[in-house]
Amino acid sequence: MKIPSITVLPLSFLFLLSACEQGADSDGPAPYSSRYEALPSEATILQGATVLTGTGERIDNADVVMDGGKIVAVGPDLDAGSMTVVDASGMWITPGVIDVHSHLGVYPSPQVNAHSDGNEATAPNTAEVWAEHSVWPHDPGFVAALAGGVTALQILPGSANLFGGRGVTLKNVPGQSVQEMKFPGAPHGLKMACGENPKRVYGNRRVAPSTRMGNVAGYRSAWIAADDYRKKQAAAEKGQGEAPMRDLKLETLAGVLDGEILVHNHCYRADEMAVMFDIAKEFGYKIAAFHHGVEAYKVADLLRENDTCAAIWADWYGFKMEAFDGIRENAAILDRAGACTVMHSDDDIGIQRLNQESAKVIGAAANVGIDISPERAVRWFTSNAAKALGIDDVTGSLEPGKMADVTVWSGNPFSVYTKAEQVYIDGALAYDRQNPDVNPVTDFSLGTSALHGGAQ
Amino acid sequence: MRITIRLTATLLTLAASAASAQTTAITGATVHTVGPEGTLDNATIVIENGRIAEVGTGIQVPAGAEVIDASGKIVTPGLFSAMGQLGLTEVSAVSGTNDAVQRGDDFSAGFDVADAYNRRSILIPIARIDGITRALIAPRAGGPDEEGNSSRVLSGLGSVVQLGDSGNYLTRRGAAVVANFGETGSAVAAGSRAAAIQELRTALADALDYRKNKAAYDRGDWREYSVSRADLEALLTVLEGDRSIVFNANRASDIEVIINLASEFSVNTIIVGGAEAWMLADELAAANVSVIIDGTANLPGDFDRMNARLESGGILAAAGVRVAFGAGAQTHQARNITQSAGNAVANGMDWDDALEAITLAPAEMYGVAAEVGSVEAGKAADLVIWAADPLELTSYPEQVLIQGESIPMQSRQTLLRDRYLQTDSGKPPAFRN
Repeated sequence: MKIPSITVLPLSFLFLLSACEQGADSDGPAPYSSRYEALPSEATILQGATVLTGTGERIDNADVVMDGGKIVAVGPDLDAGSMTVVDASGMWITPGVIDVHSHLGVYPSPQVNAHSDGNEATAPNTAEVWAEHSVWPHDPGFVAALAGGVTALQILPGSANLFGGRGVTLKNVPGQSVQEMKFPGAPHGLKMACGENPKRVYGNRRVAPSTRMGNVAGYRSAWIAADDYRKKQAAAEKGQGEAPMRDLKLETLAGVLDGEILVHNHCYRADEMAVMFDIAKEFGYKIAAFHHGVEAYKVADLLRENDTCAAIWADWYGFKMEAFDGIRENAAILDRAGACTVMHSDDDIGIQRLNQESAKVIGAAANVGIDISPERAVRWFTSNAAKALGIDDVTGSLEPGKMADVTVWSGNPFSVYTKAEQVYIDGALAYDRQNPDVNPVTDFSLGTSALHGGAQ
Repeated sequence: MRITIRLTATLLTLAASAASAQTTAITGATVHTVGPEGTLDNATIVIENGRIAEVGTGIQVPAGAEVIDASGKIVTPGLFSAMGQLGLTEVSAVSGTNDAVQRGDDFSAGFDVADAYNRRSILIPIARIDGITRALIAPRAGGPDEEGNSSRVLSGLGSVVQLGDSGNYLTRRGAAVVANFGETGSAVAAGSRAAAIQELRTALADALDYRKNKAAYDRGDWREYSVSRADLEALLTVLEGDRSIVFNANRASDIEVIINLASEFSVNTIIVGGAEAWMLADELAAANVSVIIDGTANLPGDFDRMNARLESGGILAAAGVRVAFGAGAQTHQARNITQSAGNAVANGMDWDDALEAITLAPAEMYGVAAEVGSVEAGKAADLVIWAADPLELTSYPEQVLIQGESIPMQSRQTLLRDRYLQTDSGKPPAFRN
């Protein structure tokens, strides 16, 4: 990742620091920074489970040791010392589930207009908006997702616009504000959208874009403006001319060109992905992931060569033309080609069972003689998802030193009968199916039977 | 395909009769009959002329029968999609392909979607190779179009279809009338769910009056009714017990109203959605009202579903309510009723009840259980041979039979799959056929 030098880009560098770092100096935390604090935890050993590490490994009858919020050790017959012991025999342990594409909080339950805060569909380029400023922390969907094993998730703006705004990665812990949920140090995402949505939304208003070529012209024009903005900033740094006035929209786009903000590109069709790669090449940025890549399987090699992840559903198809060619083997073909394959939800129900969505792919692949092992498939919603979000150095796999974001399953996570039994976030027990009294309940759910997102 | 088909026929028996050539036997499987015989191990199913002739253990395979060796496999009845628009849509967002919504005042209860059904829809092979053999195809509610016309409280008539390639596709035309309560009902009525209920009550009362005064009405010598003649006829059949009425409803208070209507008019009643139906499980059982739910819906998506929960299926079935899955998994995703059922099992529902909920229960709801829904002698041979537990998502059908015919295990999706699984053709994918 290209890191901006402070002499070249003072404005955006300071800005990014404030956006991304947990910094707490004498004046308190910087504006918009994460104020996440891990829940209280104790040194814990989970004993005797089948462990899928998220790195492609499976260890039978193994223990997982967590201390100080971190994974300390994974392997058979580890010393329990004076730690809290959890008997996990017969259970399976995976890294916590990570969803790269969620609208929890910005399109929360109940889905009333008053809560509809995910699409700033007032202009095709709204790179200036941040999804985190729409997140309602009391969305019952967060708790339901927790009961599905989800420990981190990216909340994205919707796809009405070419540039929908910044996404935010959260730890799946209840917070009174979004700042208390923000994943410390996680880069922002930029939501971009290909295809039908932007051209429909603006075409219906008789403004650009109304076609796919209009979409592409819109992206390129915006990048030209961002490039110009950066150049003026750089020149001003050298004493050549005045620095441009701060511009939120261009600041976001410049952050992408600086490699600090990751592009998450809603893009269904394979041919459009190929065009988006050309745009990325023209302006020198990288696409972290295509989301909803229903046709990603058609360009699996291209995705691998560009080191771009494909975030997909297992089997959504047919709801619009660009989803016409969806097949259940999409993930199997991508994974076989060595492309970074990610199972995502885009849905408050689907997020609760990304393991099951992956199971569908395993079944479809088996039907054509492709064997996908659990240790391989688990990467789709753990380490590969972490990679797409730029947090794979700190979470997404069960390796010593990483955050102890861990899901304990009642059995093989790819069985429909299996449920998340315990969920640890930074080593703290955030959800325990056998002990519902200690589980979080959102304000909105009080007094209803949907106490734990209906997932008791 | 991993099933070996072996012909035990000798030349002699082949020549014997035309009927024997239409005899098939499935042998060696664990058969979940969903009928009185329960689950049978190492069982044989004999199929003659598209119907199940015999099922059981120790049955002699008739001479000349085509034998499908399903040893080690699981056989279930064909799955039944209890609600959806299969054959009434191709692409949801392409309006020209959609035929399930009628707006304006011409029809309500009498709007019959059966004639719009397209048995060649690309969705149908996709559904049936995952085990769906029958489906209720239903009209649905639609909001205002450009002229401001909405659909009505009563959406129209739904039919049961078979998803095979041959024979009459209609299993039962007009099996149910579809009505909309709750937030949807109030949206298409006058802005209040009370208005929706009144609109329905008025129409039912009109139908009763029409029955008594048909002749006068036909002469033009009677009062006007709130709905058209086609609608009155459609409702009359409901009132006479010959067709079910399906209510889209989720809120417990709406369900209470429906239970009362069901008793008052003595109509066969089905609730679709039913997020809060579990709160009235005993009342629903007592009133013999069936419920079609979504086994994965557990969030308050609106204020009608404040008490949605994953245990609904188990609670309702334990109380004796007839339950089906199909409130969420529909149409393009009809195949995911197995996921819905599997999740219900994970949350307390009995496995056999869950299988019944995607086979026999909807057949009973729509009055076609004499024809389909279980593996019983005399019923149509709609059967699925599974690689493993049908509710597991890692499982899949190895062969599906509809009315005794092995369907091609192929869809547009498998064609795409096969094309893109090839990597070494040296030519663009368009040449890989």
